[in-house]
Amino acid sequence: MTAKRFERPLDLKNGRIDMTHGSGGRAMAQLIDQLFANAFDNPALAEGNDQARLDAPAGRLAFSTDSFVISPLFFPGGDIGSLAVHGTVNDVAMSGAKPLWLSAGFILEEGFPLSDLKRIIDSMAEAARKCGVSIVTGDTKVVEKGKADGLFISTAGIGVIPSGINLSAKHVQAGDAILISGPLGDHGVAVMAKRENLTFEEEILSDSAPLHDLVAKMIASGTDLHALRDPTRGGLATTLNEIAQSAGVGMRLEEQSIPVRPSVRSVCEILGLDPLYVANEGRLIAFCAGKDAEKLLKSMRAHKHGAEASIIGKVVEDPRAFVEMQTTLGGQRMVDWLTGEQLPRIC
Amino acid sequence: MKYIEEFRDRALAENLAATISKEVQPGRTYRFMEFCGGHTHAIYRFGLPDLLPPEVQMIHGPGCPVCVLPMARIDAAIQLAQMPDVILCSYGDMLRVPGGKRMSLLKAKAHGADVRMVTSPHDAVVLAKETPHKQIIFFAIGFETTTPPTAVVVKQARVWNLKNFSVFCNHVLTPPALQWLLESSANAADGVPPLDGFVGPSHVSAVIGTHPYEIAATRYGKPVVIAGFEPLDVMQSILMLIRQVNAGRAEVENEYTRAVSREGNVKAQELMRDIFELRDTFEWRGLGFIPNSALRLREAYADFDAERRFTLAPSEAKENPACQCPAILRGAKVPTDCKLFGKTCTPENPIGSCMVSSEGGCAAWYSYGRQRKTA
Amino acid sequence: MCLAIPARITKLCDDSMAVADVGGVGRTISLALVDDVAEGDYVIVHVGYALSRLDPEEAEKTLKLFAEMNEAGAREMAAKADLPRRSVAKAGA
Repeated sequence: MTAKRFERPLDLKNGRIDMTHGSGGRAMAQLIDQLFANAFDNPALAEGNDQARLDAPAGRLAFSTDSFVISPLFFPGGDIGSLAVHGTVNDVAMSGAKPLWLSAGFILEEGFPLSDLKRIIDSMAEAARKCGVSIVTGDTKVVEKGKADGLFISTAGIGVIPSGINLSAKHVQAGDAILISGPLGDHGVAVMAKRENLTFEEEILSDSAPLHDLVAKMIASGTDLHALRDPTRGGLATTLNEIAQSAGVGMRLEEQSIPVRPSVRSVCEILGLDPLYVANEGRLIAFCAGKDAEKLLKSMRAHKHGAEASIIGKVVEDPRAFVEMQTTLGGQRMVDWLTGEQLPRIC
Repeated sequence: MKYIEEFRDRALAENLAATISKEVQPGRTYRFMEFCGGHTHAIYRFGLPDLLPPEVQMIHGPGCPVCVLPMARIDAAIQLAQMPDVILCSYGDMLRVPGGKRMSLLKAKAHGADVRMVTSPHDAVVLAKETPHKQIIFFAIGFETTTPPTAVVVKQARVWNLKNFSVFCNHVLTPPALQWLLESSANAADGVPPLDGFVGPSHVSAVIGTHPYEIAATRYGKPVVIAGFEPLDVMQSILMLIRQVNAGRAEVENEYTRAVSREGNVKAQELMRDIFELRDTFEWRGLGFIPNSALRLREAYADFDAERRFTLAPSEAKENPACQCPAILRGAKVPTDCKLFGKTCTPENPIGSCMVSSEGGCAAWYSYGRQRKTA
Repeated sequence: MCLAIPARITKLCDDSMAVADVGGVGRTISLALVDDVAEGDYVIVHVGYALSRLDPEEAEKTLKLFAEMNEAGAREMAAKADLPRRSVAKAGA
């Protein structure tokens, strides 16, 4: 499309989203063309249809969906755009699949600055490029001021599962080893610390990162992998309880082996939070046959997103599906489901 | 983290556990109450019950200001939050606690009330300064640790001549509650074995000093050890209590010498006396009415008292009759004695005071310790 | 009931405020409730206010108390494989 369709370029410096950007008319077409299509730039999107037409790959598909409503939109280590790409890629990758295509729906609040939108779109495009995925289709809507927190992003992701790979919580069984790919709590604390005006000798950055390449290495290690999951909202504790319930097993953890950065620990102490319940955006939990634990650990540590991986516990028979932990002091405690939302406490 | 991690050292914990095991007299039961909810939380979070011999029984006391706040007071806070042009500032701990009709501040927020979480009263008074067209109400809760900061901001509000700032005051006092427990234990009306001693609160004591506890020893013959906040502090304090009991002593001892003195923080005490006065009586959820156990703003600061600035309708909240919190808070029962525990009453759906906060005895047991329940 | 945390004063500011550090993380706090606090001192902080100074000498003494090796206790520890498990006790038992 080389003919000049639009009278004036988008005012990316001072312009704001208004209701015409969602009405389906010229303003919206310009927004899509000059901002989204320009940045995401791939053949399927360039066709300009309501859908992306793609050649069906051979093999089993993995298909996931997610929504991103984070506030603030920009945080140390990322923004809602890069988070959206990494989060979707990871959901797909936890099946062992190679992620291929993403869709992205944007709900924009009237008044949202175009400069912020461009920053976010460019960040998404960059993240997608680095992941080797394409954002092949999308949608835009505008809602009145006050009806969205600046911007909400909704995504879906498709990937292909290599043959012979069958990862599922249902395969987790007694005797399995439990591994984590890196330290807990970076993302949640990075976001919360910004809100609480804490300062750092060494800034805490969100760990938001794509893990599909790490997953591929883990699969290639030839270990008997049973399940993978990324501990996002609700943290490690919530994810382990979900899997324990799904598989009908118990889990026994060693607090000593669970990595947490000292600065993250400090923030958690100050605010009265438990790192086990804080969100992560660039970590995965792996369940493998007990005998393969060391081998899997080695393969993870050889990758940049698994450099601080650790074996944190094991799966046991337990009809109650309790997740328990030996504390650093040698006593036992439950690692229960999260109650409501974890809030800073004074007591 | 200095002065934190050293007090969580495993080798030292094992040493203390061995010493405690050695010094308990076989066949003798030691019933100690840790008054402070923060200590209850620490005990369960670190799994201390596994490091103590079966002769030592820890009873979980009512030192949790969230737990002992009556539902009627929560209803009042919700009423305030729902008034026009009001921003109610609250600590995170209070947001999910249900009042009557299962309404909470968080739910009120979902229904349109402007409820904001703060981590310091300073944030509330600054907000008042920055939003003159709104009424900022600070929901003040807590024992003597949390009261001096409230006093500071009331003074600050006076200096700034703020017309839109008030405090909904629910500050309560430790010594009257302790005395209530001592009386209750001394009477032993329900055939419950008496308490043998108390692990005293860390930071309340940093403010009030150790001398207010001396009555426990002199009048009631019960030992008190003021414990630091870390698990090793709690273990050392239990050891010190065991030694007192074995020797037939009853004294107030201070384990938290790095932060607590006999006279406490006099500056903070004077500020509290300047701003606050005693209420004749106040209801403690689970314990009933205790005289001279709570504070309100003095007449001189009446213009900052939310209860005088706003008209509140009385609440009709009633406790569930099957709730055993009153007995549990006195040490007469344990959570598993309550029919509701773990079934209708869970941290998600708390019925009574012991479950509403993560440091209530029932909540701590449920969230951290229910794997110990015999099948 | 009162989550308070030891922090090191790294900077004194105007209006009785200061910057306090816990494990590399800094926060602005108020010194309105304490007197004669200097940079480098440790204080106990609760809801953004310093409540008392932390005495480093007393802290050392306390740690030493924990470490007092009770000889018989040490022998007992070595003999046991692990520590006794606490069973749930009913009130009045």
